[in-house]
Amino acid sequence: MSYTHPYQDADFVLRHIVNFDELCAEAGLAEANMDLAVAVLEEAGKMGSEVLAPLNWSGDQEGVSLGEHGVQEAPGFKEAYVQFAEAGWLSLSADEEFGGQGLPNILSTAVNEVWQSANMAFALCPMLSIGAMESIGHHASHELQSTFLPKMASGEWTGTMNLTEPDAGSDLAAVKTRAVPNGDHYLVTGQKIFITWGDHQMTDNIVHLVLARLPDAPAGVRGISLFIVPKFLVDADGNPAERNAAHCLSVEHKLGIHASPTCVMEFTNAIGYIVGEPNKGLSYMFTMMNHARQAVGLQGLSLSERAYQQARVFAKERLQGTRRDGSRIPIIEHPDVRRMLMTIRSSCEAMRALSFVAAAEVDRAHYAQDPAAKAAHAARVELFTPIVKGWLTELSQEMTYLNVQIHGGMGFIEETGAAQHYRDARILTIYEGTTGIQALDFIGRKTLSDQGAALSLLLADIQATAEELRAANTLHASILDGLESALARGVMAREWLLQSAAADADLPGSVSVNFLMLFGYLCGGWLMAKEASIAQAQLATGEGDASFLNNKLITARFYAEHLLPRTQSHLSALLAGSESVMALAEDAF
Amino acid sequence: MKILVAVKRVIDYSVKVRVKADNSNVDLTNVKMSLNPFCEIAVEEALRLREAGKATEIVVVSIGPKAAQDQIRTALAMGADRGIFIDVGDTELNSLSIAKLLAKVVQDEQPGLVLLGKQAIDSDNNQTGQMLAALCNYPQATFASKVLIEGDSTTVTREIDGGLQTLQLTLPAVVTADLRLNEPRYVKLPDIMKAKKKPLAVTSPAEMGVNVANTITLVRVDAPAERSAGIKVESIDALIDALKNKAKVI
Repeated sequence: MSYTHPYQDADFVLRHIVNFDELCAEAGLAEANMDLAVAVLEEAGKMGSEVLAPLNWSGDQEGVSLGEHGVQEAPGFKEAYVQFAEAGWLSLSADEEFGGQGLPNILSTAVNEVWQSANMAFALCPMLSIGAMESIGHHASHELQSTFLPKMASGEWTGTMNLTEPDAGSDLAAVKTRAVPNGDHYLVTGQKIFITWGDHQMTDNIVHLVLARLPDAPAGVRGISLFIVPKFLVDADGNPAERNAAHCLSVEHKLGIHASPTCVMEFTNAIGYIVGEPNKGLSYMFTMMNHARQAVGLQGLSLSERAYQQARVFAKERLQGTRRDGSRIPIIEHPDVRRMLMTIRSSCEAMRALSFVAAAEVDRAHYAQDPAAKAAHAARVELFTPIVKGWLTELSQEMTYLNVQIHGGMGFIEETGAAQHYRDARILTIYEGTTGIQALDFIGRKTLSDQGAALSLLLADIQATAEELRAANTLHASILDGLESALARGVMAREWLLQSAAADADLPGSVSVNFLMLFGYLCGGWLMAKEASIAQAQLATGEGDASFLNNKLITARFYAEHLLPRTQSHLSALLAGSESVMALAEDAF
Repeated sequence: MKILVAVKRVIDYSVKVRVKADNSNVDLTNVKMSLNPFCEIAVEEALRLREAGKATEIVVVSIGPKAAQDQIRTALAMGADRGIFIDVGDTELNSLSIAKLLAKVVQDEQPGLVLLGKQAIDSDNNQTGQMLAALCNYPQATFASKVLIEGDSTTVTREIDGGLQTLQLTLPAVVTADLRLNEPRYVKLPDIMKAKKKPLAVTSPAEMGVNVANTITLVRVDAPAERSAGIKVESIDALIDALKNKAKVI
């Protein structure tokens, strides 16, 4: 169950689809270029394969426990974390003022693919730290930043996000945790659930970000504030001192990600410091939401890639069936196994392209000087984020399922390890906003609220690619036809939605997931066609690795022939509207 | 004391090696290349000696095509102080030419210790360190699994057939690293950034005045024969017969 970073595909997407060198030059990042990206990814690949991947299965089997000192992480995790932190990986995209390297989000994303594939349960810990650093970096006072960010960027301390409560899940307006002013700080009291890496022994402090209400706060979403509540209070020298009243009450028993402790956290008059201004906590949370949602989408790619690597090894080794001469046949020769492998492989390539392009849009929006360009990139981030989160994580269910299927009976047995990826993937469509939430975001806030303007710009970009490729006419007809048909379906879905939504309040919610999935497959097909055209052009001029480029033409064709037609079934269901969805009376269920 | 470490760019250990269609050589087109693992161990040892206060400067030298600068950068990211790159283009030099070039570098740099990998995993010649020691007239200890420095001598434990041998060498000396000498560190992200700013001098055999005319010509490269399918035999007698007459192993 080893893991190797697919560096060649990542390199191809970064170089030719993301245009990494151009992005860095435009952003004025003098230090960053493809040479650096290659060196960074190579070192990340080594640590992923050699340090993190070997702990993935053992972590799943051994899990975590709660003792008198709090949560004990899985064996080997602390040593791995120390190596990981000492190598400086948490500092990659952190601010240079606080010890970070200030590298772009897209490089952080490409590196994160390695961590999440190698060991997702482990990688959730740094992922949460980075999210917490981002919130503090954007909104906390400089004093709080100086106290906490350097220790977090160095990995000496980790960070958590405390949002959910028993009665406040997707609906954060229902948060009940209270914060009472007490001199220069606040006293935070309440219970939070589903807190990822809420406690562990890997570092000597943990920085909790906690959503809570002030005594005079207005009801609902406009009355929630954000607090930093450290596990240990920090003394005058900046070191952890007195234990704060923030404790883990219990750890959940889960279907997957066993090595990632999911904690119930109890705050009892715990000392906290307010981040930014009162009552703005939820909007502060939203600034890091795009990042977190894209990161979870990326986990969908990462687990699918890991599943693919396992499936391909098994398919070559497993002998079933006999030739006429008596020799045995590895199952990879069976066409249906090939169909499954091709489905995972081509989907992974499409997911990688889309997640990298979306991550690069975050940088382009961040670094753009021209206000119009900045707004255009920001709108694209808004549009891509629910697609990356929703579509990639839904796809990962199928891809990890197919890995189990290729393994046959062996896949149903835990020891093979195929089942772990299948179980681990199951959380992805749930946390950080379910697929339903992503789809509502995409159809409501991102499409209906601007009359489909941002979406029509995306469709125009896809159309420009389709026209360009048709004019060049160098690609297989399936790729050209597939992209054009899927594009027409996207255009139709958008127009139909804008016409029909106003008349039927149930309509957006009824069709939203089909709407999101249609655009997911379309975006994937768009980028795969782009990749194919670059591969074709390179083959014509003799640059690049011919075998890699020829394979790209095949995976792009397979994607166009086997994945893009799914846009038709999503469109058909969409056009059926809400009637049969809502017709059955509630008491008939 | 200054330590000179020679490193080589080789095909990555994880790559399945292919032979060119015309059997002229191994096919390196678009193949992943890396720092030779034994060279990486040599760099690590130099770093540990510096950390132990036994050395003050680590210079890394590589000979190869332009891209070999990547491997020098890797060594610089690990912690070496500066690099020397000898550009020989796509010419593949044999061990003696490499040793001659390194001997010139030794003459110019005057290191107290020269560390190399015991061999490169591409050609597996295991010659350069020995030739270099001879050309410089330095004592040598190959296959090192332990290196200690005390004053003007080094005590080296060597892995030899059936056991260990300990040698004491007067410095300057040439030592080649074996697999168990150490476990190389993981490169730190900030050091990858810093490595870009460390000095890297570029030179060539012509500039150095070293004649690198090859005295050995590579005639032909063949991939190992593919293993053919096995057969089932009916009886012990048939097995013995097959081992004697078909496989000719008994």
